[in-house]
Formats: sequence, structure tokens, C-alpha cells
Amino acid sequence: MRMEGKAWKFGDNISTDHIAPGRLFHLRSNLPELAKHVLEDADPEFADKVAPGDFVVGGKNFGLGSSREHAPTIIKLAGVSAVLAKSFARIFFRNAVNVGLPVIICDTDQIDAYDELAIDLSKGIIYNKTKSLELRTSPLPKAMIRLLDDGGLAAHVSKHGDLVVDEGE
Amino acid sequence: MALTLAEKILSQRTGREVRAGDTIIAPVDVALGQDGTSPLAVKQLESIGLEKVANPENTVFFIDHAAPSPRKELSNDHKMLREFAEKTGSVLSDVGAGVCHQLIAEDFGAPGQVIIGADSHTCMAGALGAFATGMGSTDVAIGMALGKTWLRVPETIRINITGKLPAGVFAKDIVLHVIGILGADGATYKALEFTGETVAEMPMDDRLTLSNMAVEAGAKAGLIESDSVTKSYLEQNGRGQAFKPLKADEGADYERIIDIDVSNLEPTLAAPHTVDNVRTVGDLQGTAVDQVFIGSCTNGRLSDIAIAASILKGKQVAASVRCRVVPSSRKIFLEAIQAGYIEQLVEAGAVILAPGCGPCVGVHEGILGDGEVSLNTSNRNFQGRLGNPLGCIYLGSPAVAAAAALTGVITDPREVLTNAHGR
Repeated sequence: MRMEGKAWKFGDNISTDHIAPGRLFHLRSNLPELAKHVLEDADPEFADKVAPGDFVVGGKNFGLGSSREHAPTIIKLAGVSAVLAKSFARIFFRNAVNVGLPVIICDTDQIDAYDELAIDLSKGIIYNKTKSLELRTSPLPKAMIRLLDDGGLAAHVSKHGDLVVDEGE
Repeated sequence: MALTLAEKILSQRTGREVRAGDTIIAPVDVALGQDGTSPLAVKQLESIGLEKVANPENTVFFIDHAAPSPRKELSNDHKMLREFAEKTGSVLSDVGAGVCHQLIAEDFGAPGQVIIGADSHTCMAGALGAFATGMGSTDVAIGMALGKTWLRVPETIRINITGKLPAGVFAKDIVLHVIGILGADGATYKALEFTGETVAEMPMDDRLTLSNMAVEAGAKAGLIESDSVTKSYLEQNGRGQAFKPLKADEGADYERIIDIDVSNLEPTLAAPHTVDNVRTVGDLQGTAVDQVFIGSCTNGRLSDIAIAASILKGKQVAASVRCRVVPSSRKIFLEAIQAGYIEQLVEAGAVILAPGCGPCVGVHEGILGDGEVSLNTSNRNFQGRLGNPLGCIYLGSPAVAAAAALTGVITDPREVLTNAHGR
């Protein structure tokens, strides 16, 4: 899977309150409308200017805070093809996989705002075309690859009629 | 092999010995969602034609985040949850019953269970010796429908707490201190195990505060061994038969052990805008506050309300402060009324709100104005958390919050505590 787009740079500790704030709680059952405000409290211009295929690039602990799955869902709905960060908060990471939004762990210090990126997920390579740099990402856990391949958790259960991730080490 | 508490619970529930790092499918004993996350869970089940729940008596939908509803959109979400609960025979906890995690502790949680909830503070039930963890709507929806979930067995960081807490210093101060040490991502993917003589002597109200905030260090669970305190808590809630003793094995493999002596701990706060931005009260003394919120799953229990009442009784909330008190459950509200605390707080000028999440999530009941400051006993101070990205939030114990309500500025609670509650 190859993806290309521009980097939108954010800092450390971007919380789910930055991504989908509580003051917009009433829009949670209207995700297209909520998506118009995605990440508004971290960058008020982002939702208007992001183009389909672009990337959200954070620092460490991206997505900390609440369990709201609306956060990765509206990032995906805004057209973002993947989120890159040095590290992710646990629930956000799991939710992103469940809704089919790729999450990529890499050294995001090597990416500046508006750099043009091309990502080959199957090879785990991020090309920073603007800086002529190649970054590597570590593979996802096996259970998560299975879920992403099936199109997310709901699609996985729909396809197999059960939860069939591989157990073991 | 010697097992951590997380490994022990998950081994018992899967019927084979599992170790940190293993991927497992575990049975789900209790599954919960709240009004901010359950509508999406229900829609996911509808989208794949799986509108059933495996274990209706232990599948619970809580209407607590926007309760009573401030908007028609949310009223419609509530309607949908009531209908889905009715259709599937699940339990519905409606407006005014209280915060989901408090009610899980009172009515559902027990040692040795696996509990999953579409709310990050589901980890609070770890104080009862349950492996309880927060997940998103789809994970919980599937857990509700199939009665099982997948998990990676976490490594454990043991937090060994010793020493007698000084007067005016509480479990909230300990857990903020711990998060300051670990950092907001210091326990990501891990379990915390709170142990040591101080925890052994702690009442359940305070243990729940420790476990509640485990997720603020990124942790998947915040576990405490079950013992006589757990047993009597379950008995008080009419569920003594749910007790079983559980402890980690001697020699279990911990990723890290942190020893904390609390004998000289100071009242501790988290300053804006992250929970690991931890300071002692002396660093922040004199900071003006516009609002005080005493409540939430972290600190809205009877002992928390008692401390606030002891500070405010017979006095007046500062004219510059709005003080909101939100009992965590209906039971706690009634007990606080019977003990006279509610009358004392109302006479002092506090506003009492219906049991529930109150302003914690920034939906209603205390949205900040631009540049305003709130001191909360809740668990998060992220930018925008109280409904306005231009507001600032400090977190502290109920004593720190009530002291600020009294004086209008961040104040060392030891200056205003009466002997009875200053220990």
C-alpha cells in the first residue's frame, strides 16, 4: 500500500480533546460534521486546509486521553491517509487500527511541516521527498495486521463470524 | 512460575498460564459504555447485523456524561441507548444514577474479573482486583456481542507505597506524584500494580482514586490486590459473595519497581495542560481560581465530600469562585445528605449537581470563559477539557479544591483543615 501527501506537523501529547473536543460532544452522532472540526484546538486551520491523502505527524504519546473512537474516525474522514508519531497512546492506537486508519511509529523529528512524504506500508518505509530522507517503521503486532487486512475490527468479525486473532507470543 | 496480578487474573480467566507479551483472547465478565461512546458501539453492531449481547446482566449502558441532556442531539443519543438496552435486555443506568466507574465499583466489579469499558477510566475497577481496561466503541461492541476480547498481556510496573500520609495529604496527592515520576506515557501498554503498607491500610474510596488515574500515565490497568478491605466494600454493597482473595506471587517478574515513601509528601497538583505537569502546593500558592469542581469518578465519593464539607462548613465560598460539587453516585449523594454534608456545602454557597460526570468532559455544567481557571478534583487537565481551549485547569485533592473555594486562590489545605479531617 503506497500513500503520498503533505505532512501536517503537531507536537507531543496531542490529546483526544485536541482532536475531538468535549464542547462538540453533541456532534458525535454526526461524524461528517464533527470531522469539520478535527484537531481544531491544536491547529485551527488544519480542518479547512488538509487535502485528501495528507498525513498527520505528531511527536510522542499521540492520542492520549479518552477512549473516544471518534478521534481516529474523524481524522480518517477528513481524508488523512495515516498518522505518524514517535509513540501513540494505547487506546488511540487500538482504535485507529479498528477503524482502518494506519498508525505509523517513526522518528518524526526528521519530518517538518509541509514536507512531502511517500509511504510504502508493506515495506515499512517512509520517504521524506522534501528532505531526500528514508525513515523506517517497526511492524505492527500480528493481531493488528490481521485486523487492518480485514478492514478493521467490525469487518473482521463480520467476515469470520468470530474473533480469530492468533493467540500466543 | 511466579505471576504478577495481571498475569494471574488473565491466566485464571483463560484457563492456562499466560505471561506478559502473550496475545490472548479473554472472556469478558463485564462490558460497559457511556453516552459519549455507546451510540457508536450500537451503530457498529447494527452495521454488521450483530444486534445481540452475550451477557445481558453484565452489559451496562450508562447515561452519565451529558446527564441530564443539555441538547436535542444528545437526548436522541440517550433515546437510542434506552431502546437498545430494552431490545437486548442489557442494563441501562439512567440520568442521576451516577458515574459509570463508581457504579461498576458499587454494583458490578469483583476480584478476578475481566472488565472492558468504552471509557478510558474503566481502569478504576482495578482497585477491586479486576483486570479492567478502557477501549474504544468498536472493541467494546464486539466484546458485548461475543463475550470475549483480544488482549496483549501487559508487563507490570509495581508502585510500592510506604509510610503514613501526613495531615492534609491524600490518595490523590500520591497518584499525582506517581504520574509526575512516570510521565504521561511512562506506563503505556503496561499495568500498574499499587502495593505496600500504605495501600494495604487504605480504604476503598482512596484505592479507587489510585486505580482511576493509572491511565494518566498511559497504563492499561491499575491493579490492587484484593483483601479484607475489598471484602468489606463488597459486603457493604450487598455483594460479599463476589469476593475472592487475589495477590501477586512472590518473585513475579516486574518491568520496574518504584518505591515511594509518602511520610513527607506535600499536597500535590497537576498544572495546565498535562497531568504529568506536577507541582507541590507551595509552587502554586496564590494562583487565582474562578471555578472549583469537586466530584468525578476520581474524587466524588463520600469521604471526598466529607473533607470538602469540613473545610467549608460554617464559612462561605469566596465571592469570586463558582464551586460545584457532584456526588459520584446516587448512593453517595444520599449518604452525604444524611451525614449533613450537602446542607453544609449548600449553606457555604456551593452548587450541587446531579450524580454524573458533571463538567469533567466539557459538555455542560461549568464551561470556562476565556482565560478562566478551574481547580478540579477530576483526572484530566488537557487544553479544552472544560469546554474552552482558552481555559486552564489545575487538578488536586478535594482538600486542595475546597481550600481554593474558600480563599479564591490555590491554598495549602493544611492552613484551613480542621483537626477532625487533618488526621
